[in-house]
Amino acid sequence: MKINLDVDVHHLTRVEGHGNIHVKVKNGKLLEARWDVVETPRYFEVMLKGKHYSSAAPLTARICGICSFSHTLASLRATEAAFGVEIPEAAAILRLLAKHGETLQSHALHLFFLAAPDFLDVPSAIPLMESHPEVVAIALRLKGLGNKICDVVGGRQTHPVSLQVGGVAAMPTGLPDLPPVLEEALEDLASTVELFKTFQLPDFVRETEFVSLRANGDGYPFIGSDLISTDGVLKAEADYLAMTNEYVDGNNTSKWCRLSRDSFAVGALARLNNNYAQLRPEAQAVAGELGLAPVNHNPFMNNVAQLVECVHIAHDSLDLIDQLADMKSAPTMVEVKYRAGEGVSAVEAPRGILYHHYKYNKDGKITKANCVIPTTQNNANIHNDMRALVEQFATEKGMTNERLELLCSMLVRAYDPCISCSVH
Amino acid sequence: MKYLGIDPIKPKIAVFDFTSCEGCELQLANKEDTLAGFLNAVEIVTFREISSAASDDYDIAFIEGAISRSDEITRLMDIRKKAKVLVALGSCACFGGVNRMKNAYDLNQANREVYGKIAKETLPVRSVKEIVPVDLEIHGCPVSKAEVERIVQHLVWDIPYTQPVYPVCFECKQRYATCSFDLGQLCLGPITRGGCGAPCPVGGLSCWGCRGPSEDPNYEEFFRIANEYGYGDDEIEERLNFFGGFEGVR
Repeated sequence: MKINLDVDVHHLTRVEGHGNIHVKVKNGKLLEARWDVVETPRYFEVMLKGKHYSSAAPLTARICGICSFSHTLASLRATEAAFGVEIPEAAAILRLLAKHGETLQSHALHLFFLAAPDFLDVPSAIPLMESHPEVVAIALRLKGLGNKICDVVGGRQTHPVSLQVGGVAAMPTGLPDLPPVLEEALEDLASTVELFKTFQLPDFVRETEFVSLRANGDGYPFIGSDLISTDGVLKAEADYLAMTNEYVDGNNTSKWCRLSRDSFAVGALARLNNNYAQLRPEAQAVAGELGLAPVNHNPFMNNVAQLVECVHIAHDSLDLIDQLADMKSAPTMVEVKYRAGEGVSAVEAPRGILYHHYKYNKDGKITKANCVIPTTQNNANIHNDMRALVEQFATEKGMTNERLELLCSMLVRAYDPCISCSVH
Repeated sequence: MKYLGIDPIKPKIAVFDFTSCEGCELQLANKEDTLAGFLNAVEIVTFREISSAASDDYDIAFIEGAISRSDEITRLMDIRKKAKVLVALGSCACFGGVNRMKNAYDLNQANREVYGKIAKETLPVRSVKEIVPVDLEIHGCPVSKAEVERIVQHLVWDIPYTQPVYPVCFECKQRYATCSFDLGQLCLGPITRGGCGAPCPVGGLSCWGCRGPSEDPNYEEFFRIANEYGYGDDEIEERLNFFGGFEGVR
């Protein structure tokens, strides 16, 4: 049997940032299957050196236009850890609510605008405005709600201003506007679940190590806690370097990472695989309806895991706003006294676990900085998945270059990569 | 989509990304309540971040990002040849953005620190207008979608539009925000171009100057006030250099 396949994608579409796919199969033999990140490096860790502590969060927010809240939170917590600052309880709740807003915005953007067009056989969500207006309306309402939460709590939708070292600038006045919209979102999410039941995910499994935060008895983890992998590795937050093991690949401007195996995965599926029991029952029910149970090794299931998380977040946000209603005059900021020190912070960005690590001198200026990005941790795993995917599907009857290109593109999109972030 | 039974004439728009966080492009897909109308006023032919369709036939090119590698220069020059109107979208495209702070460091050393022995190609960061002529600039980090809408209306229907000449300070006062200086924060609002609606000082963070200088800013008086409030020259300089728009001012 002579199978010859050739896929060459320059700057993959419907992902954040710039990456290329190369696949070559000759006479049924896999010669090459590559996922290469070619994004231009920005050297944020170098730019952070010498900066005043108040510049760290506004600067690192600019690593990513989609997950700027996650970067802000990771940055603030690393600085607070270095200075020994404890933020007030109300501030911690507000930060988690803002984080939920970002996750909802980011997941809705990915599910409807980046991933769904492949399942509905269109090049983008734009033609869906005519063919599926009700789907677009749901997408815009959910994404709009995520942005609205960010706006109310963070002061802006992208690159927040109210989240600061020491807490949150003030108790937001717009909180009472949110619950009615969140209630409506629950219906929109139910319709989205029905839509996703009609999507045919590629039947592909590759055994993978999944890394995420571990729940510490206070619900599904988003901001800071121990680090865990499905291969049984457990580390403290400050010990993150033992979890990431970054190294440089000659073909990629993003670094690659490994742990117990050649590569590992982070993101919604990793979080769910490690913390399924902490999901709210409403979210667990949706996971069940969509056939997702831990530990699931199909990377395309990350789409489903994101939807499950949206359900969890919508319910949890209602609870958080309830708690805040009784804290109207509670302090949201503490005074910050800088000192020489070192701090590490891990938060779950929409695309997976994100680490910031700073060293400060006695003047409150950064002497050393390190940021390890979720997509940086995923890139080697995407690359390894692609090889296995091509090996499995190349021999399928009637396989064409176009079909294989679509499968490989869908694989990368399933990880919802934030590529410029991964290079930073 | 027809309007009153007639197919409207729409300009073909293409969106391209260079050295950036792609946050400004994301703003184009935000402001969800008017997004359908916005998308209906134009024909998006290339927008890699959200669409797999692509065409080299476009009227208006939006450029997000700074330029920091040789392949980006080639790509930008090619886009300039094809576009009738070229718009720099956001602070990175207009000034180099936060990326420009990289230029203060030795790039070989920066490469060693980040990548060790396997150095990656990188050039000093430049803005779009340092490479090709730019017809219109939309400032901000990120851009304000409301302002993008006003500018697109200007481009599509020739509705007059000019950049605000007044500083952010002006809009901050209109929103009754407490002066950031009085909250103990160094603020570039008195010298930064308005048009954003002052979301940052209203949200509790002073203006950091992402939109670059307003028309004819009174730097001398600004430095005097900042010094008077106790901010040292190095602190003021770190802030002025943050988004690249005030380069060479001090």
